[in-house]
Amino acid sequence: MTWSETLRTALEAIRTRRMRSALTVLGILIGIGAVMLTVGLGQGAQQEVADQIDKLGSNLLIVSPGSSTSLSGVRGGRGSATTLTATDATTLADPEVAPDISGVAPVSTTQASLTANGTNWTTNVIGTTAQWPDVRARTLESGRFFTEDELVSAQAEVVLGATTAEELFGVEDPVGSSVTIGSQPFTVIGVLASVGSTVGGDEDDQAVVPSTTFATSVSPDTGTSIGTIYLEAQDGESLSAAYQEATNALLTAHGVTASDADFSVSSQESIVETATSTTRTLTVLLGGIAAISLLVGGIGVMNIMLVSVTERVREIGLRKALGATPRVILRQFLTEASLLGLTGGTLGLLLGVAGAAVLPALLDQPVTVSAAAAVLALGISLLIGVVAGVYPASRAARLSPIDALRNE
Amino acid sequence: MSAEQLGPAAILELVGIGKTYRSGILEVEALRGVDLRVDEGEFVSTMGPSGSGKSTLMHIIGCLDIPTVGQYLLAGEDVSAMTEAQLADVRNRRIGFVFQQFNLLPALSAWRNVELPLVYAGVPRAERRRRAVSALERVGLAERVDHRPSELSGGQQQRVSVARALVTDPQLILADEPTGNLDSVATADVLALFDDLHDQGRTIVLITHEHDVAERAGRTVHMHDGRLLDAAPMGAR
Ligand SMILES: Nc1ncnc2c1ncn2[C@@H]1O[C@H](COP(=O)(O)OP(=O)(O)OP(=O)(O)O)[C@@H](O)[C@H]1O
Ligand SMILES: [Mg+2]
Repeated sequence: MTWSETLRTALEAIRTRRMRSALTVLGILIGIGAVMLTVGLGQGAQQEVADQIDKLGSNLLIVSPGSSTSLSGVRGGRGSATTLTATDATTLADPEVAPDISGVAPVSTTQASLTANGTNWTTNVIGTTAQWPDVRARTLESGRFFTEDELVSAQAEVVLGATTAEELFGVEDPVGSSVTIGSQPFTVIGVLASVGSTVGGDEDDQAVVPSTTFATSVSPDTGTSIGTIYLEAQDGESLSAAYQEATNALLTAHGVTASDADFSVSSQESIVETATSTTRTLTVLLGGIAAISLLVGGIGVMNIMLVSVTERVREIGLRKALGATPRVILRQFLTEASLLGLTGGTLGLLLGVAGAAVLPALLDQPVTVSAAAAVLALGISLLIGVVAGVYPASRAARLSPIDALRNE
Repeated sequence: MSAEQLGPAAILELVGIGKTYRSGILEVEALRGVDLRVDEGEFVSTMGPSGSGKSTLMHIIGCLDIPTVGQYLLAGEDVSAMTEAQLADVRNRRIGFVFQQFNLLPALSAWRNVELPLVYAGVPRAERRRRAVSALERVGLAERVDHRPSELSGGQQQRVSVARALVTDPQLILADEPTGNLDSVATADVLALFDDLHDQGRTIVLITHEHDVAERAGRTVHMHDGRLLDAAPMGAR
């Protein structure tokens, strides 16, 4: 019996049992579609977090004040101490000390109230150096950032985040206008381009001033201590070297050994790791639920196929009596089951792809459809069809023709 | 050698065939040592009370079931030594089986039912159609080629199954109560077909409960309780 003959027979059998075939295909379709969408949703969330972290800047290292051990032996939590100073930033910026570090941006942060034209807005004010836009990969929407000279001379200049600018000035361009921070008047010299929110919070709602001005006028209590130092490595390859240099330089500067370091240096990668591990858990959970639904759907499909084959044991007996070998019988059912499985799988795949196109608009969540998930889904649907259809058929094909014919 | 050349060759030869059905602890001995020889071109009818083992014997002759003990030679070949695939081939090429229950596939039209054995014989589609239609013509169903079994009378359905049995041109036609479900007119039609086939030199073994049907055969064997009562060869009666 040729393959085309087998295919014809299988198609005929599928057509004869239209309703049952449709239900089988539907079961597989929904299962596969659900798996693809849930996994896609999880992967999309993961991708989104990774993208957000990318916005922090490229080849970024973050130096945070670490736990310092006080004389009484009480260890503060990470970030609780204010162990980083402007001198540390200067040390790290020295190309002799750290040749692989291309940019240093020490950042001090405080909450302050900004006033312009009688409008009041409380936001994060950060004091930093002129390299900040490079290190943090920020661009300006309008105006400019402050220069090294302006930093040294402690100019009362401020660069506003997009949200902050809008809150204070509406649609007007604030460049050149005056803003009062605390009681000190500042001139707005630029507005940052919007980046949306990142894992670090709303990066569009902030006011950036020179660190010198910050220390004298905005937050005198903070003094020269610094919240975080952002470092930019020359390129991806020198990231490890930059990490080493920064760690060693700071250990030397603080006169401590690695075991009781009062700071920590983390890479963007490690932040990505932490952040994505949460979304990965989500993906696994969603995928698990989807897999269970696929399993349940698969069992439903198996049930339909089992009944369908059992009903046809007499047919199998007759075909054997007329000269069909067990192999031919098996091939017929294999073809039939594969056709149903593949049809369901392909339609489920299309459902997944269509859903991935439509869902982001509805849920405001990205959905990633990976080729691996698609191939896996097709494989599973084929497997369901084959196991469900061929197993009972192979049992029936082994019966003697007369036993099969006598089957009720 | 010379003795065999004088008489007709045996198409089937059963020696000490026994069949025991086992269901749980219950054992039913359906056949107890059946010896039977049928020569080429013979028309043998089988009679016997219900439950005497006629159908069981017929299924073994048709290679639809295997005996528990005994030897069965079909056209000189030992059936018990054959593989599943060889058995399928024997059923396909050598034997045409007419079932009491017709056993037609309800989804297929008459000619599609008739062509089935040819599908498994690997005959191309166009030739299958031609041969199936001519087989249906022979049983007088030229007008019903595209009808489904549910659109045919019992007699017509049985004639479709006879057409299916003869479409491969087999040496041996086996029929298990082919007229059991038919009225007298349909019975006469079907029996005339068997006479026809016999006249063309085919070997026919037929089971029946009716004496007038049995009388058409050249020889009648009687079964009782799993045994053949008189397996006397043709002419010895
Ligand atoms: N599959 C089976 N399992 C158990 N016993 C069976 C089976 N098939 C037949 N038998 C038994 O074997 C015996 C012979 O049955 P068989 O069908 O050959 O009788 P028969 O002569 O054809 O009868 P009938 O004229 O009623 O068709 C019966 O006693 C029957 O109950
Ligand atoms: Mg019977």
